[in-house]
Amino acid sequence: MIRVIIAGMLMLAGLFVLGIATIGIFRFSTMLNRIHVAAKCDTLGALLMLSGLIILSGWNVFSLKLLLVIIFLWLCNPAASHLVARAEVKTHPDINSICDYIDLTKENNNDSN
Amino acid sequence: MNEEIKAIWRSLFDWVMGNGPRPENEVIPPEPPPDLPFTLKPKDKYSRFHEATLRERYNQWLELHGLHIFSIVYSGLSVLTCVVIVSLLLATVAELPPFGHERNPANNEVIRRYVEHGGHETGAQNIVAGLILDYRAFDTFGESAVLFTAAVSVLMILGASRRNKQDNELSPNINEDGKNFLQRGPPIKTFRKDDAILRGVATLSIPVILMMGCVVVINGHLSPGGGFSGGAILSTALILAANAYGFERVHEFFNERTFIVSSSTALMIYAMSKGYSFFTGANHLHSIIPKGTIGNILSGGLILPLNICVGLIVAGTLYGFYALFSEGDM
Repeated sequence: MIRVIIAGMLMLAGLFVLGIATIGIFRFSTMLNRIHVAAKCDTLGALLMLSGLIILSGWNVFSLKLLLVIIFLWLCNPAASHLVARAEVKTHPDINSICDYIDLTKENNNDSN
Repeated sequence: MNEEIKAIWRSLFDWVMGNGPRPENEVIPPEPPPDLPFTLKPKDKYSRFHEATLRERYNQWLELHGLHIFSIVYSGLSVLTCVVIVSLLLATVAELPPFGHERNPANNEVIRRYVEHGGHETGAQNIVAGLILDYRAFDTFGESAVLFTAAVSVLMILGASRRNKQDNELSPNINEDGKNFLQRGPPIKTFRKDDAILRGVATLSIPVILMMGCVVVINGHLSPGGGFSGGAILSTALILAANAYGFERVHEFFNERTFIVSSSTALMIYAMSKGYSFFTGANHLHSIIPKGTIGNILSGGLILPLNICVGLIVAGTLYGFYALFSEGDM
């Protein structure tokens, strides 16, 4: 019984994070803000939901598979969000109008921009 | 009450969409009339009082109202088409036989044959694999050939355009800042910065993805999966490696020549082995290919090598499409 309660609380928390992230995707205006909240959706929300499922199912192979899914998501989703944000920064015609972009690869970025 | 609900809904909508606060009595300014595209010239410049003919008046009226009426008719027709198609489909769904009923027309003797005798006739535990690679192997051979032909055509077309590129032609290029520009001469290899994050993730995940793809291909006759899905997973690993380490690193072990040789060999093995089994089956000869015991990894007769062939073709084709369309080279 206590297991079901803990799992339900975790899944409700995950649902809360997913809902907030979904609102945030519409709420924010620029793409970098949107990718910020969309990345939360797949990391924290999925982590809470899947850990709730793990607690609900107990010690078995199913839990191990869910754990592998969590590891895979935490490995791949930040990288994917990073690549999307990087592509936006690379291809945006005027990146300094939406964020303070500091190119660390250049030595004197004050002169070039 | 109704107005309050509307106001609450509007404020929620504004908050979600990121609009600012709306003024109390918002007056929407009327849109200015559009500039009329009067392109018609007076026909007769010598006569002073030229009365517009019916055709000219029709043309003027068309220029004024044509787009508006066209949009109205277009949206009306599209709505009508959607309604007709949706109602037709819904009527069809209502006429469908109940799901899973034993007297459905799809539930005929073919399925009974597959389910009852598929195990010892094909030797595959996975009935679907036995279906697509034994009973209907000719169909799967055609699909693989279609994939291979598509990749070879893309290779020919893009390769021909690359070879015919003149030296003084402008070709797109990317400089070190990531900005696009045109330059004379054939395209130089595009500049790729090392992305440490992508590289680390790729180093961790590529072996797992490759192992997963091989497992899906080799266990095609035992578990869900098979050549097509396993080949797609393998090509994912190749594409990830190309993005993380650059196409040059992938070219070291998988280039155009490797693709052509592996795909052609796989297609030839497929065609010859299935040709043998078709020949013996059609002429009632004894086939020397053992079926094996159901459930072993070496069972299912020809299904395991055919799965490997299909997996090789699919992996090479998908990676080839990606490499050809992004680099123009393979």
